[in-house]
Amino acid sequence: MKNRALILYGLLALGYAFLYLPIVLLVTYSFNASRLVTVWGGFSTRWYGELVADQKVLDAAWLSLKVAVTSATAATLLGTLAAVMLVRFGRFRGRTLFTGLITAPLVMPEVITGLAMLLLFVAMEQSIGWPAGRSMLTIILAHVTFCLSFVTVVVQSRLAQMDLSLEEAAMDLGARPLKVFLVITLPIIAPALAAGWLLAFTLSIDDVVISAFVTGPGATTLPIVVFSKVRLGVSPEINALATVVVAVVSIGIAVAGRLAHRRERERQDSQRLAAEQG
Amino acid sequence: MVHQPVRQQSFAPWNDPEARPLIRIEGVSKSFGTFVAVDKVDLDIYPGEFFSLLGASGCGKTTLLRMLAGFETPSAGKIFIDGVDMARIPPYERPVNMMFQSYALFPHMTVAENVAFGLKQDGLPKPVIRDKVRAALELVQMGPFAQRKPAQLSGGQRQRVALARCLAKEPKVLLLDEPLAALDKKLREQTQLELVNIQDRVGITFVMVTHDQEEAMTMSARIGVMRAGLIEQVGTPVEVYEYPATSFVADFIGTANMFGGVVTADAASHVVVRSPELERDLSIAHSGTLPVGAPVTVMVRPEKMTLSRDEPAADWNWVQGTVSDIAYLGDISIYHVALASGRRVQVSQTNLRHGSEQRLTWDDVVYAAWHPANALVLTQ
Repeated sequence: MKNRALILYGLLALGYAFLYLPIVLLVTYSFNASRLVTVWGGFSTRWYGELVADQKVLDAAWLSLKVAVTSATAATLLGTLAAVMLVRFGRFRGRTLFTGLITAPLVMPEVITGLAMLLLFVAMEQSIGWPAGRSMLTIILAHVTFCLSFVTVVVQSRLAQMDLSLEEAAMDLGARPLKVFLVITLPIIAPALAAGWLLAFTLSIDDVVISAFVTGPGATTLPIVVFSKVRLGVSPEINALATVVVAVVSIGIAVAGRLAHRRERERQDSQRLAAEQG
Repeated sequence: MVHQPVRQQSFAPWNDPEARPLIRIEGVSKSFGTFVAVDKVDLDIYPGEFFSLLGASGCGKTTLLRMLAGFETPSAGKIFIDGVDMARIPPYERPVNMMFQSYALFPHMTVAENVAFGLKQDGLPKPVIRDKVRAALELVQMGPFAQRKPAQLSGGQRQRVALARCLAKEPKVLLLDEPLAALDKKLREQTQLELVNIQDRVGITFVMVTHDQEEAMTMSARIGVMRAGLIEQVGTPVEVYEYPATSFVADFIGTANMFGGVVTADAASHVVVRSPELERDLSIAHSGTLPVGAPVTVMVRPEKMTLSRDEPAADWNWVQGTVSDIAYLGDISIYHVALASGRRVQVSQTNLRHGSEQRLTWDDVVYAAWHPANALVLTQ
């Protein structure tokens, strides 16, 4: 019996190692005093200092954040409108085509999306002079384009599940359609909007391929900086940067987990309360 | 039907030619593609009435209700509420409110906020809203739960809140879509009477959709029995049960023994019908004039028959058979009597005395008889 437990724990450790050993290594080496990534030269926070002093990385991080927040917000706005259109407006003309086009970026290879966007931007600049050059604007436009598909899918499924009689009841009680949407529909599908926004944010902030196509000299996002730095050999500074990102993500997940836990407890309390009344 | 009951009623505006209906439905049809859900329905509903639309699922009753609320537009015909044509009036401007089968309580609002929602849309001042919300919740005895969320309520409580939310708006008409379907039997029966009492107190016209005939009979002033988009009969519970207009209504409401046959004689006080399924002729009192040879259906309710071991003296209106099944329900017993022709007849007998349920048993040869006044001739 004891052997069996040992084997099981061994397998578990192997599984975790497979998933997390690379990250553990990365975090460990970010505290390496040596410049050589593969040689341990003692503990140091030197690379974090250099990271903070590296204006180029900081600028890129700030740009990435701006791009991600803007495109996630815009994609959520447009994606929600598209979802409402698809779920609530019945079979309008061209609905099938619209559904296809909206979901196409989900399956389209990123290289193609990026290339197509680049060609479009160049052609537009030549014919109407806008957008002038490749910049943060073109990155945002490209990110909104592919993120909005993801948001649409997420919001669409939530809307389809929503009890239609809630909207009818609100209208029956005297609320006009726009008000019904704002006061009833939106709050009820809000979790899906939040999920869609977070998904879009994540997709945007770590996108390399599409950004690489549509970026210009003045606008370098964080993933592009990391990518180009790694090509010249992995520097411990990048390890430090990656560790910071891992830390931020872990904290985010912990907070989300706690919120979900609390929500679940509240739901159980409600059910108990309801059951007690009989 | 030719025969109309002569009854004194305190509330019967439908018999008063002067009375003005609150809801007038004129030749209303609704089709979805090739499917006709509601087929040229004409119906008047009067102020203060508790009206039920009764029918099996898919008969068009809910579609009719949704057209009153404004969620569906009639394909043809007109709907007037309080004399106003509703054709171009959207749901949010109609003087009606609907209580949904799912109750449709807004999950992100408290009970009080749910009830206040409709009042806020009317732009009433805050103190007025507060008073009306409190009054509406008091009416359904949900005052102590004002700050709860819908998820924290039981099914019965949600149903009350949904009712309060509609009543707070003081609509001219309250539409109820299967309001009690989600409750268990005991609670449903209790709520039926409560709902009638509340309707009595607030004086609002109720139009209810239900598939439960007992519910419709218990609660309504009048019932409209629907089938396949058509209204088969409109009448008080007594009328639709005792004097069904068609064999469908006779069969749908309660249990009916129905015998097909032809008219063989038509006297002043009764008609005689010969049925190939029965050995004896059928004699039915007060049935107006019917041509001899006309095909008709004769209906006799199970409780209108008496069961005995002795052969009746009369020449008509009885059958002989053997008891094939007995359903003992406590207050009554239902006997299934198999006739020589293979036909089965249902007879229900009240168990008046202790032990009376033991008097008749399986395979007993019995006679089921009924009075000519207790049978009805149906021509449709």
